[in-house]
Amino acid sequence: MTDVLAVAEHRQGELRDVSRELVTAGSELAAETGGDLHVAVIAGDVDAYAEALSLEGVDTVHTVAYGEEFNHDVYTQVVIQLFDELAPSYLLTPNSVNGLDYAPAVATRLDLPLVTDAIDLETAGETLVATREMYGGKVETTTEVEADTVAVTIRGAEWPAAETGGDPAVEAFDADVEEGAIGSTVTGFEEVAGGDVDITEADLLVSVGRGIEEEENLELIEKLADALDATLSSSRPIVDAGWLPANRQVGQSGKVVTPEVYIAIGISGAVQHVAGMKGSDTIVAINTDPNAPIMDIADYAIQDDLFDVVPALIEEFQ
Amino acid sequence: MKVLVPVKEIATVEDEFEIDGTAIDERFLGADLNEWDDYAIEEAVQLQEDGVVDEVVTVTIGDEDTEQTIRQALAKGADRAIRVWDDALEDLDLLDVGAKVAILEQVVADEEPDLVLTGVQSGDDSFGATGVALAEAVGYQWAAVVNQLDLDGDTASVHRELEGGIEELTDVEVPAVLTIQTGINEPRYASLRGIRMAQRKDLDHQTLADLDVDPEAIAGDLNLTAMYEPESESDTTVFEGSADDTAGQLADLLRDAGVAQ
Repeated sequence: MTDVLAVAEHRQGELRDVSRELVTAGSELAAETGGDLHVAVIAGDVDAYAEALSLEGVDTVHTVAYGEEFNHDVYTQVVIQLFDELAPSYLLTPNSVNGLDYAPAVATRLDLPLVTDAIDLETAGETLVATREMYGGKVETTTEVEADTVAVTIRGAEWPAAETGGDPAVEAFDADVEEGAIGSTVTGFEEVAGGDVDITEADLLVSVGRGIEEEENLELIEKLADALDATLSSSRPIVDAGWLPANRQVGQSGKVVTPEVYIAIGISGAVQHVAGMKGSDTIVAINTDPNAPIMDIADYAIQDDLFDVVPALIEEFQ
Repeated sequence: MKVLVPVKEIATVEDEFEIDGTAIDERFLGADLNEWDDYAIEEAVQLQEDGVVDEVVTVTIGDEDTEQTIRQALAKGADRAIRVWDDALEDLDLLDVGAKVAILEQVVADEEPDLVLTGVQSGDDSFGATGVALAEAVGYQWAAVVNQLDLDGDTASVHRELEGGIEELTDVEVPAVLTIQTGINEPRYASLRGIRMAQRKDLDHQTLADLDVDPEAIAGDLNLTAMYEPESESDTTVFEGSADDTAGQLADLLRDAGVAQ
């Protein structure tokens, strides 16, 4: 029998979606091995979170009311104590920015092998088999972990959210947080992607990526957006390079958009980008690389040079 | 103040490729400086130019071929480099987080940097965990996914880039490991002078024995057992023909959808 400990994630009073997905991943693992699923929720209004986490498949929710928001030192200490107390075989956390801010530390301290960004998990006897991507999604791999205990971070939106209607025990865990060991302090939050344009409101987005190559080529895409009366957005590298402001960025760290039509031009479709646009009604990709992940996600694809296709498309609307 | 920058040379894959066993066939592989580490180098070099940092040292786990990439980091302004390689590393198909940390923690013990700056993740195997795991192993503080850094005495005030356009403002005590996100700065191109100077900079090769790393510690518990191209689940309609043809088909689609006239 192997138990699973999953650590929920919340921010500014909201349980994050990945927490419910984590429950699905955890209950599948627990079911395969006949073990229990324990869910931990740390900081903030833990009783409200515990209620929201009363999901199908959860056996026990452990609450730790310490602090308001995520602090990696607190999470690290508490998760280690819970792990020692419950002795699970598997520790599951989200592969989120915060998940990656404590899971590697917990794994190091407990000497657990760590598999990050898993998109599928199975057990084969005592062995955990994790599916991961490599090379920006160009290939998938299976990794076998031969150990009694393993830490895994799971990618968001790969597992469905667990159904409501569970009836777990809710227990307050008496964690012993050593304040002297807390070397980081969260002083606030800032929203960065404000500004005059709200790309989440657009019906038609013309979105540009690394394939545009040079800043001066951006003019071509702006012309297309004008001709189509569309809104211009972009993938991360364009914003990193300072060619467009942060409020134009589609993706995990930018905006999540759901236009009627999303035209991805010279965008490879890395998972972080796809997280921000996969809800579009219709996705069109223009890309030279037939193996680019975007070509798989797209409803319509043009495998050609954007510098040939875009001028022809502008022509169509003039 | 001294900064250590763990720098990785990553494998890059051509658009069209073949898989050989559990790896990409070598014929379709290239090598490059990991993009995230490029930003970490730039951040360290800027701190040095601002007079906050005295020395920037890079460390790379890699065979002799990686020296070209290491010289790039030196040409961009790092002062010296350490390259760790050993016959024992030759046969591993996956150097997992624990193995990297077992090596890097010895380098940190030798160099005693005040700050370790490294990329959030690598572009090839993308574990995204080495920096934070290293911090815990050496007893440093840390922050993951940093896109703004201000140093004030023993405090690093950072912005951590969370999901959804939200940044978390955090103060971290130094010594610390910070994992650096792309976009934090504008990585420079190496100047000709920089490239010339890099040739004369110290690039020190160390074996596991030199660093006192237990060979057992690098074996790891993770085994890569399969690699394959993801199955296409989509039913993508591919527009065929010349650019004029495909643009015409797309124009029809947009008009039919009622989003453009």
